[in-house]
Amino acid sequence: MTSPFRTFAALAALALSLGASAQEEIRIGVLYPLTGAAASTGIELKNAAQLAADLINGTDKSLGLPLAGAGGLPGLKGAKIKLVFADHQGNPQVGATEAERLIAEHKVAALQGAYFSTVTTTASQVAERNGVPFLNADSSSPALTQRGFKWFFRTTPHDELFVQNAFEFLRDLKAKKGFAQPKRIAIFAENTEFGTGAAKLQEKYAKENGFEVVEKVLYPPKGTQLTSEVQKLKASRPDLVMQSSYLGDAILSMKTYKDLGFLPTALLANDAGFNDSEFLKTMGKDGNFVISREVWALDLGAKKPVIARANALLQARHGVNFNGNSARAFTGVFALADAINRAGSTRPEAIQKALQQTNIPGADLIMPWGGIQFDATGQNTKGAGIIVQVQDGKYVTVWPFDLASKDVIWPMPAWDKR
Amino acid sequence: MTVELLLQTLLSGVLFGLVYALVAIGLTLIFGVMDIVNFAHGEFLMFGMYAAFWGFAFWGLDPIVTLPLTTLLLFAVGVAVYRLVIRRITDAPMLSQIFATFGLMIFFRGLAQYLWKPDFRSVDHTIVAGKVAFAGLQFGLPQVVAAAGAVATTAAVWAFLRFTRLGAALEATAADKEAAALMGIDAQKMFALAWGIGAACAGVAGALLATYYPVFPEVGSTFILVAFVLVALGGFGSVVGAFWAGILVGIVEVMGGFLWDPAYKMVLVLSLYLVVVWFRPQGLMGKA
Repeated sequence: MTSPFRTFAALAALALSLGASAQEEIRIGVLYPLTGAAASTGIELKNAAQLAADLINGTDKSLGLPLAGAGGLPGLKGAKIKLVFADHQGNPQVGATEAERLIAEHKVAALQGAYFSTVTTTASQVAERNGVPFLNADSSSPALTQRGFKWFFRTTPHDELFVQNAFEFLRDLKAKKGFAQPKRIAIFAENTEFGTGAAKLQEKYAKENGFEVVEKVLYPPKGTQLTSEVQKLKASRPDLVMQSSYLGDAILSMKTYKDLGFLPTALLANDAGFNDSEFLKTMGKDGNFVISREVWALDLGAKKPVIARANALLQARHGVNFNGNSARAFTGVFALADAINRAGSTRPEAIQKALQQTNIPGADLIMPWGGIQFDATGQNTKGAGIIVQVQDGKYVTVWPFDLASKDVIWPMPAWDKR
Repeated sequence: MTVELLLQTLLSGVLFGLVYALVAIGLTLIFGVMDIVNFAHGEFLMFGMYAAFWGFAFWGLDPIVTLPLTTLLLFAVGVAVYRLVIRRITDAPMLSQIFATFGLMIFFRGLAQYLWKPDFRSVDHTIVAGKVAFAGLQFGLPQVVAAAGAVATTAAVWAFLRFTRLGAALEATAADKEAAALMGIDAQKMFALAWGIGAACAGVAGALLATYYPVFPEVGSTFILVAFVLVALGGFGSVVGAFWAGILVGIVEVMGGFLWDPAYKMVLVLSLYLVVVWFRPQGLMGKA
């Protein structure tokens, strides 16, 4: 590189950085799958994140969360939050290049995303390399917080906790409700990071809890049919199927179950596709009785009014309810805003430090959590899971029993008796 | 129990394979006549599915009832795509042709996402709902109807090519464009016809699939990869070849996944393809 060019580059960089500091907005890069098979989930996440940012930038304090209605971040003289959305198409490579672009071109103060654990993996590597805080609100692969990253923070609990919850739920069913304990478990999961990770944990905890894993089927996502997979499950005659699928596969598998007349005692789903609003819309009656781990449910609003208030705002704007995914994306923006506000600066180091000191009480969240506080790996230690079941086309909380709004229906009624 | 499971799986594979075949037939027809690979073929399927879906959503019409309309509509779309885009690149370098149809694919997907949002939608009740059960086996009626429709459509296309003057003219153009032109066959018309019929086949497949498969802007991508395999496996341009290849691939995919590991089902399909083209580069029924 010639020296005049170097001088020019330095001047250009200076000009850019001056330009950035002169603006009264804090740019946060947000990575979600806005096109591709998971686009409908991605758009829900985007809408929820945007609602959170607009609430912080606006002056309506009626929601009752700190920062909501603050008219921008008080710690930065009322600077507004601007979310810069990028589409990673569910593709890890695209996720990495988009993260790179957001950092280089848009000079974002922090990144949030990316729903798919695989994409979060690559995008957060870019953030780590560039020293930019990455807040993950919605990926549940445990490996993400086992990489020793310094710039990675995850607000959602991860799959290990969810899997433990599932077995606690089974134990409680027997201990507190006197249901017969299922013995034979089949594990059914898509074969990317999310599914394989969850399947591994389910296998481990099933064995530790004295269950028999009779079949473990990992399938390639985005296929045209799941007939061979379902036939394999059927042949193993399980009492219980533990399933991890994204939306398209969740729908396809349910239809295949019905067509081939496969019916376990219960289907314990691992969130994701099963908790997408589209899943219930598409499946109609056939989606009933699916049990899923969740982090959020609308009926929690009865016990925590802020949930109902936030949901009313989303309803008014987009005509849909929050779900576990969108509620976490919403919460992610608030967690980032809280940290940037306390940092009082958009310098990455300051935000990183503020994130490490985050301590948001559970009352200030629309989640049924104890709060947000990160450990040394960047994992929120105060997250908690719930278990929901589809009843009459809606997800209702059935566990923990003290939060439950309905009794669990167990076993699933036959396909032709609904 | 095991025999039943095996038989059930085998026949499910055949049912699937027939729908694959129907998608591939349009593709192979267009390729056979024009030597152009239509990357946007999956999007024709997607349009067919949306046409069926909207007919249901707006007027409560069953996809099976609107099937003739969907077919005509897709025929028109195929002809329009030919007239507006493909006609201009008939003699262009292959790379331009690839970019043109590839660009169409991206455009159509984007258009569908813009117009109809990326949501999954489905036709939630249809006259073909229900089950066919016999000898301990059971199949969804929509799948059975779709497979039967695929067989009927393939037979119709085959008979058209074989027994009608127009079909013979189409085959002649496919065999030798210049010679056919010397015999007084208007190549432009034949090309437009091939695109029309090719898209119409995808339309039939779309209408049939819509009775049991969700519709979304990217739905074409899940089917098109298999369709490309069928076109090559059956022999480029061979309608009958694509038909048998469809059944074969359906069986290999579903049975392979069941007997071995589902993670490798596409590996099996593509290995089958490799083995066949190793010994018969022209495909099962292609002309050497």
